Amino acid sequence: MTGVNKGIIILGAASAIAEAAARIWAAQGARFVLVARDPRRLDVIASDLKTRGAVEVAAVALDCSKLNADVELDAMVKKLGGLDIMLLAYGTLGEQKRLEADPDAVRELIQTDFASAVAWCLAASAVLERQRSGALLVIGSVAGDRGRRSNFIYGACKGGLARLVEGIAHKLAPIGARAVIVKPGFIKTPMTAAFEKRGLLWAKPEAVARVIVKAAERGGPVVYAPAFWRWIMLLIRHLPTFIFNKLDI
Amino acid sequence: MSPTPFISRNDVLSWGRVHRQLQEVAAPRFCDELPALLDGSASTSCLAIGLRRSYGDSCLNSGGAVINMGGLDRLIAFDETTGMLRAESGASLSQILAFAVPRGWFLPTTPGSRFVTLGGAIANDVHGKNHHQAGSFGCHVSCFGLLRSDGSSHVVTKDNQPRLFAATIGGIGLTGVIEWAEIQLQRIGSAYLDVEIIPYVGLDEFWTIAEESVGKFEHTVSWIDCSSRGANFGRGIFSRANWREDEVFTPHDDQAWKNVPFDAPAFLLNRFSVAAFNELYFRASKAKTGIARQHYAPFFYPLDAFLNWNRLYGRRGMFQYQCVIPADEARVAITSLLDGIARSGQASFLSVLKTFGERASPGLLSFPRPGVTLAIDFPNRGVDTLNLLSRLDVIVSEAGGALYPAKDGRLSPEMFRRSFPRWREFLEHKDPIMNSDFWRRVAE
Repeated sequence: MTGVNKGIIILGAASAIAEAAARIWAAQGARFVLVARDPRRLDVIASDLKTRGAVEVAAVALDCSKLNADVELDAMVKKLGGLDIMLLAYGTLGEQKRLEADPDAVRELIQTDFASAVAWCLAASAVLERQRSGALLVIGSVAGDRGRRSNFIYGACKGGLARLVEGIAHKLAPIGARAVIVKPGFIKTPMTAAFEKRGLLWAKPEAVARVIVKAAERGGPVVYAPAFWRWIMLLIRHLPTFIFNKLDI
Repeated sequence: MSPTPFISRNDVLSWGRVHRQLQEVAAPRFCDELPALLDGSASTSCLAIGLRRSYGDSCLNSGGAVINMGGLDRLIAFDETTGMLRAESGASLSQILAFAVPRGWFLPTTPGSRFVTLGGAIANDVHGKNHHQAGSFGCHVSCFGLLRSDGSSHVVTKDNQPRLFAATIGGIGLTGVIEWAEIQLQRIGSAYLDVEIIPYVGLDEFWTIAEESVGKFEHTVSWIDCSSRGANFGRGIFSRANWREDEVFTPHDDQAWKNVPFDAPAFLLNRFSVAAFNELYFRASKAKTGIARQHYAPFFYPLDAFLNWNRLYGRRGMFQYQCVIPADEARVAITSLLDGIARSGQASFLSVLKTFGERASPGLLSFPRPGVTLAIDFPNRGVDTLNLLSRLDVIVSEAGGALYPAKDGRLSPEMFRRSFPRWREFLEHKDPIMNSDFWRRVAE
């Protein structure tokens, strides 16, 4: 199962970060199950990964955020003959202002960014526990580290996910399997990536992907991407309230 | 996804950084987004752009829409036995090399920067140091996918739609959006070349070395000092190379970049600092005379080691002037060009002189043609610079030469039409929505 041709499941495979990570794994000869909503886009990504050296790419067109989507996991694992890495990379940012005025939109965001993700993580945890190996990687966010007025509903989901993944990591540690929450900072979206950069804090999806690929092999349950965000968030978490409240972040 | 995928920005510049205008910018990640983007810009105009290494205004569309193709950078298929590579047009030559070199393949020809997209290389029918053997980039394109603003999508080859093929190669993005392309890579025996450095003084020496090198060396180019007069007039460094056969296939490393993080102050570049740089460069190169093993990255892409080197020219930016002169006229015309430039005291240190081969370029608006090409950078000093370039135009024009749209931000409609006599034929294939600042200036 482990070795050269890793078996990798990617949920939200059409996201820029997931695709960048998949390219690195493809060059190492990985075998993939890619999951995303749009089958045409999955096909385009699949040919790219195959060309780059992926030994096998199966595309599953599926909305990961749907209720009970996680029951599909066992079939995917069977297809790969075991699970070396699962990367959970789907999610939606939401618009804080709109969310505060629209409870339905909040429920939808929680279903996508938290509830469905919890179900997938638990299903993956069970697989890893059974086979006593493998790694679960979940994309969180620095927004989950301290609630801020600009994005605390999204932040609450990502913060909750971080607690969950820490717990799974704790549970899996004695048997040799792993779980990691990867917290990216500011990422250049496709919209801004190719243009003048917006300051030193903005990283490309490729930089986050390198952190993810490394985190799949070794390291602790909480990883920041790029790594300097650990120190920024340490500072932000420990800012006294009277200062924090004056910051418009 | 937001309702309009276009965002108004004024920080999307070309490499010369002279023109700053507001444009509506979209950055799709998947080809299926393109038809809606073309529809959305139907009321104004649209241009697909890549990494914007074009110097002037051929990759700008002021007041209209531009589609940044950088997110469409996937490989589609590669045949390890034939070297045929199919990729989305936003893939950069750098990405293609990182993939191909470890497998023993290289680009069929490459311009002096690897930070250009596949689509851009086709749309400008770029050339490289091996032009005398390989011809232009377009000579190695077997087919491409072209999306037109009427919603039609074409798989174009030289045989099935020869006219649309010829219009799109070198067609500066005006025939539609190139979605993907298939190119024939070249088999290499190493990632390293044996490079020979030969200093020369005077153009006569250049012609002699150039002539004897054509048959024996796959790659030839020369740096020429455009700032010196008198005894040093026409001095330069000739470099010629062949691929090694040592089976070492180490690709380049894009993370080893040095960045120029801000605009340099304008006073940094003046005739004294340029003359000093050229003197130093000439002496340093002279010390390296002889044959040495060199990796392809420093050989083909010396300036790519400095990300954003164009910022050295300060906030006003720069012009590049690249012309080609037919072989029969070249000796006289190149001498008078160099003389005019040296007298003006405006040239900078980046000047390149190279002979083109006989292989015909496939595009209606292709720049490479038999003769000699000279490329010189000029810091933008406003009217003085423009006047100098107009004087150079006269020399080029009288010699029956042409200017390169990818480098241009100022040539006149008359000069364009003389450079590209088949431009009327091209008009039949231009997409009604696609447009650029360059095209509006020279053809409308």
